Amino acid sequence: MEIVYALGIGILAGSGVWLLLRPRSFQVLMGLMLLSYATNLFIFGMGRLAQQAPPIIEAAVAASGEIDPSRYADPVPQALVLTAIVIGFATTALFLVVLLALRGQTGTDHVDGREPDA
Amino acid sequence: MNALLRHLVVLPIIVPLLAGTLMFFVAEARRTLRVALALASVVAQLAAGIALLYLTSDAAPYIWPEGIGVYPIGGWPAPFGIVLVVDRLAAVMVTLTATVALAALVYSVTRWDRPGQPFHSQFQFMTMGLCGAFLTGDLFNLFVFFEVLLAASYGLMLRGGGTERVRLGMHYVAVNLTGSILFLVGVALIYGMAGTLNMADLAGRAGALAPPERALFDAGAAILGIAFLIKAGSWPLNFWLPGTYAIAIAPVAAAFAMMTKVGLYAVLRLGTLMEEYETLGAALFYLGLATLATATVGMLGAKHVARLVGYSVLVSTGILLAALGLRIEALTAPILFYLIVSALTTCTFFMLTGMTDRTRQTNPSVSPDDDADTTSVYVPYGIKAPSVHAGDEDAGIAIPAAMAFLGMAFVCCVLLLVGLPPLPGFLAKFALLATALDTPVTVMTPTAVWVLCAAVLISGLAGLIALSRVGMRLFWSLAARTTPRLRLLEAAPIAALILLTGGLAALAEPVYGYLGSAARSLHEPDAYVRAVLSYETSRERPEDHRP
Repeated sequence: MEIVYALGIGILAGSGVWLLLRPRSFQVLMGLMLLSYATNLFIFGMGRLAQQAPPIIEAAVAASGEIDPSRYADPVPQALVLTAIVIGFATTALFLVVLLALRGQTGTDHVDGREPDA
Repeated sequence: MNALLRHLVVLPIIVPLLAGTLMFFVAEARRTLRVALALASVVAQLAAGIALLYLTSDAAPYIWPEGIGVYPIGGWPAPFGIVLVVDRLAAVMVTLTATVALAALVYSVTRWDRPGQPFHSQFQFMTMGLCGAFLTGDLFNLFVFFEVLLAASYGLMLRGGGTERVRLGMHYVAVNLTGSILFLVGVALIYGMAGTLNMADLAGRAGALAPPERALFDAGAAILGIAFLIKAGSWPLNFWLPGTYAIAIAPVAAAFAMMTKVGLYAVLRLGTLMEEYETLGAALFYLGLATLATATVGMLGAKHVARLVGYSVLVSTGILLAALGLRIEALTAPILFYLIVSALTTCTFFMLTGMTDRTRQTNPSVSPDDDADTTSVYVPYGIKAPSVHAGDEDAGIAIPAAMAFLGMAFVCCVLLLVGLPPLPGFLAKFALLATALDTPVTVMTPTAVWVLCAAVLISGLAGLIALSRVGMRLFWSLAARTTPRLRLLEAAPIAALILLTGGLAALAEPVYGYLGSAARSLHEPDAYVRAVLSYETSRERPEDHRP
């Protein structure tokens, strides 16, 4: 599972960086979105990947004093991802507004507001 | 009373949050109320900042022993719950933020805040983000506060519209979104390796990491550092900065004076907290020198005053980074003094630029507020645009001898920026260089110190040449210029800030003494770590009563 996960993040991030460096503003937006998806997956992965593991230690288990941390999922990265998604969504929406404004003003979707001289 | 004073830490964050939110419910037409709300909020922040300055000094050990205040936001103790931490450095930065914000806000009231966009709300959220970034003791919370201040700054930067502003605004947003992504990657790596995001907890755990984790932790710290350096405007990540600052309207650019300082603060804070861990590498020194060199060339080449001031922001970043890179403990106090002076100077100069721009009649094409263009940002949405200059001529009391005032203020700003006596720009640079030369170098070679001295002095000389040239063109040239009507409310913050820097020079000894103790407590991170991790939350939680 880790290999597939890591490859997924790598492909998303790589495509994101490539798009980010393109001259069209919509490509830049897509690049930023792909990069933030990759980052969100990366944060999630930093909590170790586990299937069917509860994030909270029950009181009875805690009282017995025999806690095996590897049997539990880490809830902190999930909370971090949630925050990062919300913030990323808001700032991407804002970027979209600026993108449309520039498109409307200059009539081109080049990030510099004018077509490069041929 | 003491219990209430403890809540002072959260005040600089809560107050602007409430004020900014309340403003959405106040009708546009009730402008006086909005302005009053905004001013009250910033004044309250300033008061809280000054109170924090007093409480973190040794004057009040009964509240916070060792001058470090911890405020658990949710009532949970430190490594689990999120804490705000105030020490002397944080108190200084909060006070500085509030001072700069107050000046910029008073300045903006005359005409800049007129059209419909939520200027005052955005401004409040920006100060909230700044204060939060200075006060937080948690790495992820630092990210959240960075985003708050950046999101507000996007709106503020785009204010006024116009093709050029939107174009540079898009670059600004794209660069900072990329920076935020890097920030998140760094934070995630650090969490994955150290298992905590609490800064005090990290300081203890980072040193104890074994080789495989340690390499990844290093990578995480480096990526985080890149994110901070983007905010601070370090070369080669700073090409967006001069243009963006020059094109933003004057009060916004003035408030942005604190933005680069947040990045520097983060480098300083995490660098000193993980001192044993050797986070601050020699790279900072060379990056600082490169920033200084490129910014100096930029200053000499800049044609427009605002652009020149934008480059001067980079000059101060370069000097600060290079000085930090020397890793001499005794340098921290002069670094802080220089940081304060340069923030106040840039703020004053940007406000002044907004006024000198109005003297120009002949060459509107370089003017950052191109009136004809203001409509176009609304075109795609079919909204009729309000004009920035609506009611330009009717607000406030005009002051006499406008040109004389502008000239005097310009000279003062130049003295501050270049570092000539009697204003504290000189004291700051002198303290920096004298301390660097006095202290035996341990990490870098002695040559590095001499290189830094030469670079600082040369950049000062170049700045003087560039500013004299611009000043002569502004005030002595024969080209047709109008004498602008200056309003009292615009001139007052500029005069007040210049007087404040004068006060800093006159009271340099106590100020420097306070910064010295701030620097000492920075370099003894044990006290910080102890204060945060051993903080007992007084309220008992129900879980504690279970068997």
